[in-house]
Amino acid sequence: MKLNSEKNHEPLVHLTRRAYMSPWKAIGIRGVAIVASLIVSGIVALILIEKLNANPGRIFDFYKCFIDGSFSTEGMTWKFFKNLAILLCISLAVTPAFRMKFWNIGAEGQVLMGMLGAIAVAKTCSSLPNWLVLILMLIAAVLCGIVWAGIPAIFKAFFNTNETLFTLMMNYVATYFVSYMLLVWVPSGNAMGIVNQETKIGWLPTVIHNYFLIIVAVLILTGILFVYLNYTKHGYEISVVGESNNTARYIGINVKKVILRTMILSGALCGLTGFLMAAGLDHSITSTSVNGQGFTAIMVSWLAYFNPLTMIATSGLIVFLDMGGSKISEVFDVRGALPNIIIGIILFFIIGCEFFIRYKINFRKKEVVDKSSKPEPVPVPQEEVKEENQTDEDEMPSAEQPAEETEQKEDN
Amino acid sequence: MKKLISLIISVAMLAMIILTAASCSSNTETVTALKDSLLPRQSVGTFTVPSDFKIGVILLHDEDSTYDLNFINGIKTVQAAFGMSDDQVIIKRNIPEGNECYEAAIDLANAGCKVVFADSFGHEDFMIQAAKEKPDVQFAHATGTKAHTAGVSNFHNAFAAIYEGRYLAGVAAGLKLNELKEAGKIKGDYPLMGYVGAFTYAEVMSGYTSFYLGAKSVCPDVQMKVQFTGSWYDETEERNAANTLIAAGCDLISQHADSLGAPSACEAAGVPNISYNGSTYDAGPNTFIVSSAIDWAPYYAYLIKSVVNGTEIAADWVGTIETGSVVLSDWNSDVAAPGTEAKLKELIAQFKAGTLKVFDTSKDNFITVNGEKLTTYLADVDTDDAFTPDTEAIKDGYFQESVHRSAPYFDVRIDGIELLNQKY
Repeated sequence: MKLNSEKNHEPLVHLTRRAYMSPWKAIGIRGVAIVASLIVSGIVALILIEKLNANPGRIFDFYKCFIDGSFSTEGMTWKFFKNLAILLCISLAVTPAFRMKFWNIGAEGQVLMGMLGAIAVAKTCSSLPNWLVLILMLIAAVLCGIVWAGIPAIFKAFFNTNETLFTLMMNYVATYFVSYMLLVWVPSGNAMGIVNQETKIGWLPTVIHNYFLIIVAVLILTGILFVYLNYTKHGYEISVVGESNNTARYIGINVKKVILRTMILSGALCGLTGFLMAAGLDHSITSTSVNGQGFTAIMVSWLAYFNPLTMIATSGLIVFLDMGGSKISEVFDVRGALPNIIIGIILFFIIGCEFFIRYKINFRKKEVVDKSSKPEPVPVPQEEVKEENQTDEDEMPSAEQPAEETEQKEDN
Repeated sequence: MKKLISLIISVAMLAMIILTAASCSSNTETVTALKDSLLPRQSVGTFTVPSDFKIGVILLHDEDSTYDLNFINGIKTVQAAFGMSDDQVIIKRNIPEGNECYEAAIDLANAGCKVVFADSFGHEDFMIQAAKEKPDVQFAHATGTKAHTAGVSNFHNAFAAIYEGRYLAGVAAGLKLNELKEAGKIKGDYPLMGYVGAFTYAEVMSGYTSFYLGAKSVCPDVQMKVQFTGSWYDETEERNAANTLIAAGCDLISQHADSLGAPSACEAAGVPNISYNGSTYDAGPNTFIVSSAIDWAPYYAYLIKSVVNGTEIAADWVGTIETGSVVLSDWNSDVAAPGTEAKLKELIAQFKAGTLKVFDTSKDNFITVNGEKLTTYLADVDTDDAFTPDTEAIKDGYFQESVHRSAPYFDVRIDGIELLNQKY
């Protein structure tokens, strides 16, 4: 045994996957990460921002920018929740597909097509009553989203094409299609401007506040999607297809049907977001109207482990940082890239700490090997048992686990 | 939001940025001191601004775009001249042409700004929306077309008679071509100019036509080819377009786009270049001649003075050579033809006196369409959904550019200019 342990040199550091961590410990790790990110970003800001460089006392203004960016005025607070709602809505849209391990990165194009559909209706049907136009806009937007998500889904289901590349390329097609339509609508080749600015046909009505309806609609959707994914047969089928196509087929799930149905849902939700943006916010369209949110939504969904309720928090975090970044640019009079560096640092820490929550870092315990001359095979020491119970590692039937356990026993 | 995608990459590049930060922080505004500019940026004078006065500026991009940088330099000049504090000038960067522009405008008004200014064409409708909601705040918009028809009294448009600057730059180009012709250095049978344009629409068309007319006024047999890129800022495309034009036999290149693509292509090929939006001498010391640009400082000064004094702001404000809005920056006498300076000084005096018209339709063999003198043209001045031409623009023997509204509307395709492609 001794010979054996000398030969099998354990690496200095190795990683094991955690199956469980107590919520408090996880929150603690995240808290430490956020504090560390704020300190590091503060130092970077002190170096890079000229006005801070000259007057380091303003560092508190720097941190205050994050709060001010989202909550300094009533209008800003509304804007925060509206931005959160829009980003959340796109994140909700991509989530069912992600749960199925269908990597739909085409939300950008699907939302844009939804907007295009809605704007096209608003532009051509401006003589109809407002409620009818709004309904038609909604239908057009949802249909456009479904078509844009359905095309790659059909190819995936029947020809097993790579959905990641396919949906990505569909984004570019959507962008150029919008540019083309703008050329048709605006022959001078410039911005199209606000549709029906005078009559407000095809504008969502104002209830309490311009953004109120959007926020409420997305909140309701979040609840519905949470239930759909976790407590319905459809949601279960999505999870099974995500785990393994073969298992799904074995238990009698029609995989093609599930892929198509789920992507149609994804596309419809993207189209709906497009409708909300067209009818509730922009009343106009440019090829960059979605502004990368279709991609940001991927991060929101991943950070929340594909849980719709957690996504409220993660999209809130992204929007909070983004609006804080704009405020930093405004207050310290710096170009847009600089706040992005700051946001990047903070996100780096926040995403990075998830690694420590998911994995455990084990260091080599070399002292133990040297001291214990006689091998003590079977009984595991009390301490070890306690620790393992805490992390529940032995419940995880992974391939590395038994090997590691025997190794530890041998060492002791 | 798009920025967020690149955030992770930003972090990786952080170390590099820190290393270069020290060198970057000092060289923001060092225009090369060449020979005296013929039309330099002028001082806006001094003015006492009350301490509670604020102005807000909304920009489509930030300093990385020369277009937006020009607006930032303008407001900073006025801020320094009028002794305004940093709290009195609020700049919002990277505001897209959508609902966010409206939000930014309202936010600035709520923050106490008496004037809110936006710099991009697509901001216009959202500024009008904000103007309707905040009638006691003045909203001003560069390059827009709707102030004279929108009926919103606190919304205003502004532009500059940059076609006069282009014309002057064109004269410099024409004299250079004459010099090349005398030396037997032109590539074809007649002098040929190349022009890299962004989009095929009035602002660019008015620009290249006035440039061409300037050259033609001193070099009657000149022809011009135009290549469009379809983007305001695309260094690769602009370089490619310039190279295409050089390969097509152009003896001189000018451009209406924001990157250094065309000037650097010219420098590499040794072809003289007339620039726009600021000096590109650094990118082409052996080929750069002169650059025409709009200086926005006079407009900001006008806005601030009007609001503080409580005087009316024009619905359409056109900056001219007289107001100091049209400037020629840097003058490279190593490349320019001898005698150009004297000629330009004479023309500047004529512009100031109002005796020289760029789009002079009374001259023979000057502005012709299909071989016939242009005598009548309906321009699309009042923006409507169908973009119908509505206003007779030729009067008193010249095309009246920037008279019926501040933004250019000259979009006639005249003889002598060949469009190699079209991009909208």
